Amino acid sequence: MSKEKTTAIVAEQRKIAPDIYDMWLFTDLAKDACAGQFIGVYPRDGARLLPRPISICEVDREVERIRIVYRIAGKGTEEFAGWQSGQSVEILGVLGNGFPVQAAEGKQAVLMGGGIGIPPMLQLARELKTAGGEPVIIAGYREGTLFLKEDLERYGRVYVATEDGSAGTKGNVLTAMEREGLTAEVIMACGPMPMLRAIKAYAGERQIDAYLSLEERMACGVGACLGCVCKTTHKDGHSHVNNARICTDGPVFEAREVDI
Amino acid sequence: MNTKVKIAGVELKNPVMTASGTFGSGMEYSDFVDLNRLGGVVTKGVANVPWQGNPTPRVAETYGGMLNAIGLQNPGVEVLIERDLPFLKQFDTKVIVNVCGKSIGDYLEVVERLGDTEVDMLEINVSCPNVKEGAIAFGQKADCLYDITSQIKQKAKQPVIMKLSPNVTDITEMAKAAEAAGADALSLINTLTGMKIDIYRRTFALANKTGGLSGPAIKPVAVRMVYQAAHAVKIPVIGMGGIGSAEDAIEFLLAGASAVAVGAMNFVNPYATVEVAEGIEDYMKKYGVEDIAELIGGVKE
Repeated sequence: MSKEKTTAIVAEQRKIAPDIYDMWLFTDLAKDACAGQFIGVYPRDGARLLPRPISICEVDREVERIRIVYRIAGKGTEEFAGWQSGQSVEILGVLGNGFPVQAAEGKQAVLMGGGIGIPPMLQLARELKTAGGEPVIIAGYREGTLFLKEDLERYGRVYVATEDGSAGTKGNVLTAMEREGLTAEVIMACGPMPMLRAIKAYAGERQIDAYLSLEERMACGVGACLGCVCKTTHKDGHSHVNNARICTDGPVFEAREVDI
Repeated sequence: MNTKVKIAGVELKNPVMTASGTFGSGMEYSDFVDLNRLGGVVTKGVANVPWQGNPTPRVAETYGGMLNAIGLQNPGVEVLIERDLPFLKQFDTKVIVNVCGKSIGDYLEVVERLGDTEVDMLEINVSCPNVKEGAIAFGQKADCLYDITSQIKQKAKQPVIMKLSPNVTDITEMAKAAEAAGADALSLINTLTGMKIDIYRRTFALANKTGGLSGPAIKPVAVRMVYQAAHAVKIPVIGMGGIGSAEDAIEFLLAGASAVAVGAMNFVNPYATVEVAEGIEDYMKKYGVEDIAELIGGVKE
């Protein structure tokens, strides 16, 4: 599967929560895209050079569309939020390695998404369900705008945690895990670093495999610039130091492999 | 039509190279471009032993450019020899290895180790602004630059390109010092030291606080320095700094560069290197340029 920079067409876009946008892009990259992978989206403003790494939320292979759900984090994503249907945009992909769906075979998978880490859980739940699994999904929100909850319910049993207690369990994804009496045989997660650290500790204590999707400031997105590294427990085979490239060796890592 | 250029006796099929640190060792971008189309591939800087590099965040975008403070993370020269050189040797392109070090001894160790390999040229990085020891310290004072260049020249079996820093008062003084010490060619510019502050968090955008600025934002500075350096020395100059199109590359050639390198713009357009090479040919055809030598230093005074 080779990577390319290609032109995509905006199919549709809508705002689904404060600062959070849901966009479908027509692109032939959909043929190869998997859960946990990401695309680089280029601002059209030539002064903003670098592709913004955005995780794949859902893939429609039949009509070759990729769905991304992203948060406005700066001027680049602010520009994306203004894109209209029919507009052509430049993207780079498909990037990174996805979640290992086969690692959940015959096991109870619990997917944990926190905030803007929720979107990749949708395609993952879909792939796990297609593979015969019945994933449990815990979505952690800051407040009560439960974006993507209904979509997630199509592919698994969904539990909600909110920081302000306005919906579901008050607290985070692990609070919900405990409150609902859930157990996991394998965990797959994406979210803010404190959440991922807590999941790594939780999985470590219980000797559960956990796959975490990490994030870092990126430049090239293809493994050349060494901008987006994370500390690894063992010497990484590419760099020969304890620094793996999130864009190419990740973004999904087994929790024991990374020192976060 | 001739697009070949000669740098220190090494013939490149065209003047387009890659800028060190932006192209890995070619492997990552071979998914996008045919490396056979390039005059040369310049590898990521390599030291005698693996280097960990700096903490993250290591990169930040700025208006028309970007800052990086990778800190020369690299797997060491042995891995380069075992893994990257055999990969690059599959292609009909020249291989230039960028060499970094914390002490003169480090540089000499790498240079000697590469002596028996099929590497075509060495590029000596004495201009990285992101590592605390070595590197730029050798490239900001003319006498230090003279010293390290002459010591490397005594050991090197391949032609030596000294990569110069723009973070100096007078680039011509540095260019002359490297030439006087025996450098076979110069490459410039490395990145300009910069800084970005996140006003909402009130923190530095980079963990290293400062980083090297690259991209289109620095191109006019690079063209000016290439022009000055090329007129100060007789050895060839390789120009770089924000090149993303054939037009950019031709500007550098006219300023006096004998070859050019594409750096940060690979991240913006992974096909940039080959598009630059093809665009130069188109320009030559359109304007009846028979030999690329007509363009080198061809700006009208």
